[in-house]
Amino acid sequence: MTLENVLDTIAAVCMITGALLSLAAGVALLRFPDLMSRMHAATKPQVLGLLLMLTGCAIRIGALVDITTMVLIAIFQLATAPVAAHMVGRAVYRDGHTRKDLLIVDELAPDADKFTEVSPDQSRQTPGAPR
Amino acid sequence: MMTYAAVAVTVLLTAAGAMALVRIVRGPTTLDRIVATDVLLAIIITGIAAEAAFSRDPTALPVLVVVSLLGITGSVGVARFITREKS
Repeated sequence: MTLENVLDTIAAVCMITGALLSLAAGVALLRFPDLMSRMHAATKPQVLGLLLMLTGCAIRIGALVDITTMVLIAIFQLATAPVAAHMVGRAVYRDGHTRKDLLIVDELAPDADKFTEVSPDQSRQTPGAPR
Repeated sequence: MMTYAAVAVTVLLTAAGAMALVRIVRGPTTLDRIVATDVLLAIIITGIAAEAAFSRDPTALPVLVVVSLLGITGSVGVARFITREKS
């Protein structure tokens, strides 16, 4: 078994693992009960799946110029994904789409009246209520 | 052996993308659709990277830089737009 075969095997394992993480996120998007847990599942292909796939890509291509580009891709993804997730999570809580019965601890609840006009539970149960 | 790996990765990513699309179509709220769209974008980036790896062709990598940098704008914009602010 030559060195190239070993490297190809490592790259293939990395890429198949990354694809499996994407599949896990797809299953979780369909199966998980509420938005917060779906957001938790959504980070798997965004971070670890992409990093594994780029690792496999770097092993396969192996040119320094392209590996630099891949490092840039990883940095940009790692820098932007949390910002988007933060904004979405903020909107989820403020619009009352969280399932309170699934939360173990809700540290925002004591201050909820500072940024929402109605309590999230009320707005979910009676969507036609005046706000 | 790389052919088998390519087929496996393609099948897995296609299934994942299909499930994200189902969530985009069904998702009860707009925020469900945003989250599913983010996942679909990540799957697309992963797929392009896999294509570049299997063909040993780095042509598509600059596209990934742009997509990973601009992918944030859609979800942030929509999340800001639909949040009810206290008046």
